[in-house]
Order: sequence, then C-alpha cells, then structure tokens
Amino acid sequence: MPQGSAEFGAFCPTLRPFPGAARYQMKGKLKFGLLGLVLIHLVVLGARVFAPYDPAEQHRDSPFAPPMRLHWVDARGHTHLRPFVYALVYHPESSAAVPYKEDRNRRLPVRFFVEKAIAGVEAQGAKHLRLFGVDPPGEIFLLGTDDFGRDQLSRLLYGGQVSLFAGLFAAALSLGLGVLLGSASGFYGSWLDAIIMRGAEIFMALPWIYLLFAVRAFLPLHVGARESFFLLVGVIGLTGWARPSRLVRGVVLSAKHREYVLAARSFGASNFYLLRRHILSETYGVVLTQAALLIPQYILAEVTFSFLGLGVSEPAPSWGNMLAALQKLSVLESYWWMFAAGLVLVPVFLFYHLVADALQQGA
Amino acid sequence: MRYIAQRFAHAILVLLGVSVLTFLLLELAPGDYFAGMRLNPQISAQTVTRLRDAYGLNRSLPVTYLRWVGSVLRGDLGYSFAYNAPVWPLLKSRAGNTLILSLIALLASWFAAIPLGVWSAARRGGWLDGATSAGTTLLLALPDVLIALGLLAFALHTGWFPTGGMASIAAQEMGAAARVRDFVLHLALPATALAAGVLPILVRHVRSAMLDVLDSPHLRAARGHGIPRTRLLFRHALPAAANPLISLFGLSLGTLLSGSLLIEVVMSWPGLGPLLLQAILERDVYVVVAAVLLSALFLVAGNFIADVLLYVADPRIRVE
Repeated sequence: MPQGSAEFGAFCPTLRPFPGAARYQMKGKLKFGLLGLVLIHLVVLGARVFAPYDPAEQHRDSPFAPPMRLHWVDARGHTHLRPFVYALVYHPESSAAVPYKEDRNRRLPVRFFVEKAIAGVEAQGAKHLRLFGVDPPGEIFLLGTDDFGRDQLSRLLYGGQVSLFAGLFAAALSLGLGVLLGSASGFYGSWLDAIIMRGAEIFMALPWIYLLFAVRAFLPLHVGARESFFLLVGVIGLTGWARPSRLVRGVVLSAKHREYVLAARSFGASNFYLLRRHILSETYGVVLTQAALLIPQYILAEVTFSFLGLGVSEPAPSWGNMLAALQKLSVLESYWWMFAAGLVLVPVFLFYHLVADALQQGA
Repeated sequence: MRYIAQRFAHAILVLLGVSVLTFLLLELAPGDYFAGMRLNPQISAQTVTRLRDAYGLNRSLPVTYLRWVGSVLRGDLGYSFAYNAPVWPLLKSRAGNTLILSLIALLASWFAAIPLGVWSAARRGGWLDGATSAGTTLLLALPDVLIALGLLAFALHTGWFPTGGMASIAAQEMGAAARVRDFVLHLALPATALAAGVLPILVRHVRSAMLDVLDSPHLRAARGHGIPRTRLLFRHALPAAANPLISLFGLSLGTLLSGSLLIEVVMSWPGLGPLLLQAILERDVYVVVAAVLLSALFLVAGNFIADVLLYVADPRIRVE
C-alpha cells in the first residue's frame, strides 16, 4: 500500500467486487474484518500482560538474538506437555552472521501466568502478572531481540499501542474536522463554502506525504515520546481534513433539498436542529467508509514518520522506529526477524480493507 | 481552448495558494537554522544576530514572502542556509532524478495494469480474475516501506542489483552501453518498489471501468457483429472506459511522488526525498519550501496533463 492511496478510494467509491470476494456475504466480511481488528487491538492493549518483558528492558549480553523455537520433543526424544525453549549461547568470536547456538543441555520450560518484576529504578521491584515467561536467569525471545537485546515481541506489542492508536485518533480528528467543515460548507453555502473548498483544494494540491512533511518540518523536532505521539496525531489528523470534508459536503448538498428536510424547515426547525437531526445522519455511510480507508493510511503515515526519525523517538517503541533498525544494511542482510514490525502491518491492513470493501458494497 | 485556459489559470492559483500556506506554516515554526548556535558559548549573541540579519530571518512575514517571490522570479527559489547557496541549483538535478524514477514507475505500473485489468474484466470469474483479485488484495496490504526493504534485502542476498545510488562509482569510465546497463540496474529496484505500490489500485480501477463498459449495449452489439475478442477489448471497450482512467492518471502521479519520497530514502536514490529529509532535520526552511512546492508543481502539472488528455479523448468536454 503506497502513501496517499485513500485518495483513490474516495475517487471511485463503487469499485466492482471481485467474484471470489462477492461470494462471501457482505455482512460476513464486515464481521470477520471487525473481529480481526478488535482482537488485534485487544492484544496490543493488553501488552502489559501479553508481553514477557518491558519494552525498554535491555539484555546487553544477547544483541540480535534470533527468535527461539518452541519445542515439545527434547534432544533425547522425550515428549513434554509443557512447551520449552533451549537457552541461546552467544559466541561473539564466531564469524557467523548470527553467532548464537541452542544449548541442548539447558531446557527452559515455558511457565504461564508468572509474576515478574517491572524493570527500572522507579518501579522499586514492583511485580505484575504476565501471560508467560521462563524461570530466571533464563530468557525467552520468541521474536528475537534488537541491537540492545530488547525483546522484539514485547516491543511489537507495546509499539502497536502507539502505531495503531495514532492512526485511529488521527482519523477521528480528520473526520471530525471534515464533518464540521464539510457540513458547514454544504449547508450554509455562499462565501463560507467558497473559502472552505478553496482551502481544501490547496491541501489536496500537494502529494500527501509532502504535505505531511511540510507541516512536520515546521514543528519541534526533539520532543518526548508522549508529546511526539500527540504531535503526530495532530499533524496527520489536521492535514487530512480536505478529502472527507469534500465528500461530506456532497452528501449534505443533496440531503438539504430532500422533502422531509424542507418539511421540517417549514415547521420552523432551526438550522442547527436540521443539521443534527436530519442531515448529519445521512453522512454516516460516507464517514464510516472514509474511516476504514483513512485509518490504515494514517497508521502507515505514523510508521513512515517514525521510520525516518521524525516521529516517536526511542526508547519508546513504535512499529516505525522498530523498522528503522533495518536502515542499516548489515541489519537488513543478517537479521530477518527485524522485519516483524513491518509484517504485522499486513494483517492489520487486510482487515481494514475488508471492512472498507464491505462498507463500500453496502453503501 | 477556453477549457484548457481555465484549467491552467486554476493550476497557477492553486500553486500560489500552496506557497502562501507553506509560508504561514513557516511563520509558526519555533527556532530557526541559527537557533543551535545560541547554545554554543564560542559564538557570541551579536554574531548570531548579524547572521540572522544577513539571511533575512528578522523580517516580517509579508516582506519575507515578497522577497521569496522575487527570488523565485529570478530563478533562485530562495537561499539554503546549510549549503550557503541558492536553492534551485541544489534542487535541479535531484528533482530530475525524482521525476525519472516516478515517471518510469508510472509507465511501468500503467503498462502492467491495463492488460491485467482488461483481461480479468473480460474473463470475469475465471482463474486469472481470481488470481488478480488475490494478488491485488495482498499487494494492497503490503506497506510500501516493507516492499522497499524486502527488495533491498533481496538485492543484498543475491548481489544481482546494486543497493543504492543511481550509478556505480566506475560509471564515468564505462562505455555508453555499459553505462546505460548500469543505470537500468540501479533504477530497477526503486522503480519496481514504487510501481508495486500503485499497481493493485490501478488494476482494480481498470477492471471496474471495463466491467461497466462491457455490460453496455453498444459492446454487446459489437460482439454480435463478430468483432474478434482482442480487437473488441482494446479498440472498442478500452477507449470507452478511458474517461475515469485518465482522471486516475493524474491522481496516480501524486501517489507515486508521495511513495517515491520514502523509497528514495530507503534505497538511497539521489532525489528530492533525501534532500527534503535532511533539510527538515537541519531546519533549512527554504529548501523545504522549494521541495514541497516542486512536488505540488509536479502534481498540478500531472492533473493538468490529465485534463488536456480528457479534452482530447472526450468530445463531450470539447462541446461545453
């Protein structure tokens, strides 16, 4: 999916469905997509429990450890009910690209619902429950580690909180602004309409990512993780208002001359009442479809910003700044598990596209 | 002719609007290129003030804007603090490189999308249609960052393609044929990554536009006359389906320019992308403004070309 692809979706809202896709019921598609999205968001929100480590917890003695394999059968052929991993031994003097070997003599059974101390000085040894882990001093890295020996799985889960919700909040902001300006423009018309629509044209005259960069360029560069999250949400959300507002305007324009609206007006309904009660309800379809198209694009925008070092900064994880490790060719060549933060976007986008498809067919 | 003149005037106005917008943003920016110098105890406050005076950073917004417009008219496009030189000579070759990459990707993606879309529409429900459906769905869900990184990893592992830049170091000593081959090898991966991003969208729209036309009575009549299938599809159906696709052509250029920014950075293609990123990190504001405006110019030009094409292709627009 390229940057700015939602523009195409808005351009031609009624794409013919493919035969394979049409075989499913529209509702089934919608349910399946939504279910997938809800599951992914729940897992990411529950990172505190699902992640075996804290996202910034470093294991300096195991940088770029490969993902550990879960085993059920040990070296002597015995089968265990409880899955286990073998401890990894680091051979820094080895010339192999990934200088780790499984130590077949150190079996680390996976324990479920373990209490583990929270890393960091401020935590003062406080503990909380985690879904799984191994007995210390053993370590478990199911998706490998990065250059500081931070567990990739944990960072992926915590990073999702940033990346997924940045997209969600930014889309909410964009659509809110789009509905506000679009309905005002369509309903009141005249000079207000002219100003808003000329403004929208200027915003749409820039390729999407250049527009984002232009706005980002003039904002502070070095800010904390929390500030940068809201900064990104603001930048992405506020620059994306133009297209939704144009679509909403179109719907409002056609809705305001419906007979029931005219009737309500003749009964003395105020403008505000008409907008709230009769006209905005017509825009739900467009807004929902736009949301399903915009959110993945905005997630990608956050990932791109953080990937290029203009977004959420280390040590806070985001899928973008996790991918940034791959900018080094040596990492790209040897450590394939660093792709995880990019690959996890694929199911997210698939589910969003499924929902968008279903909404467009239903519209 | 009036139609084209109207579109042209509109394009100019939009560009003016974009430049005003970027300057408004510029005014909001905290700090400037020399802000970092204030922290350096070896540079006195007077020096910083003198530098800011010299580079015109202490003037009001309207004055700055007018001076910038003057510099655009002189062909400088502002002044780069970091390079201590006018912006246009810096930007010229890089804008050309971005344009080369985007245009090649544009051509490649359209040349692949039209036959794929036409054939999957012609054999609706067949295996090719199913494969196209699955392929476009998957490609659409692959973020362009991932495609670029994946192709780069592929180049590293196989060694078949260079991993960055536009030409080998030894390109100067090569013969003409070898130099062209070298350039094509360097271009192949970035262009593929870029084209792969827009391809699924284009295929879907071509297919959709074709389906609309294939159901229409005049095509059923043509089929009844016994016109061979290929000729029917490409001579009769495709031109009738062309209108929405021509508008899409202009839009696809915008998406390609957006996508190329990222891919240029990942694959170290010496285009506008890396320069813009560097300029943002250094707060070299006029380079940012110029790069952003150039991208707007490309997009507006693309839409203008689409408008002209539409004018040529569709007699109904000419009558109005």
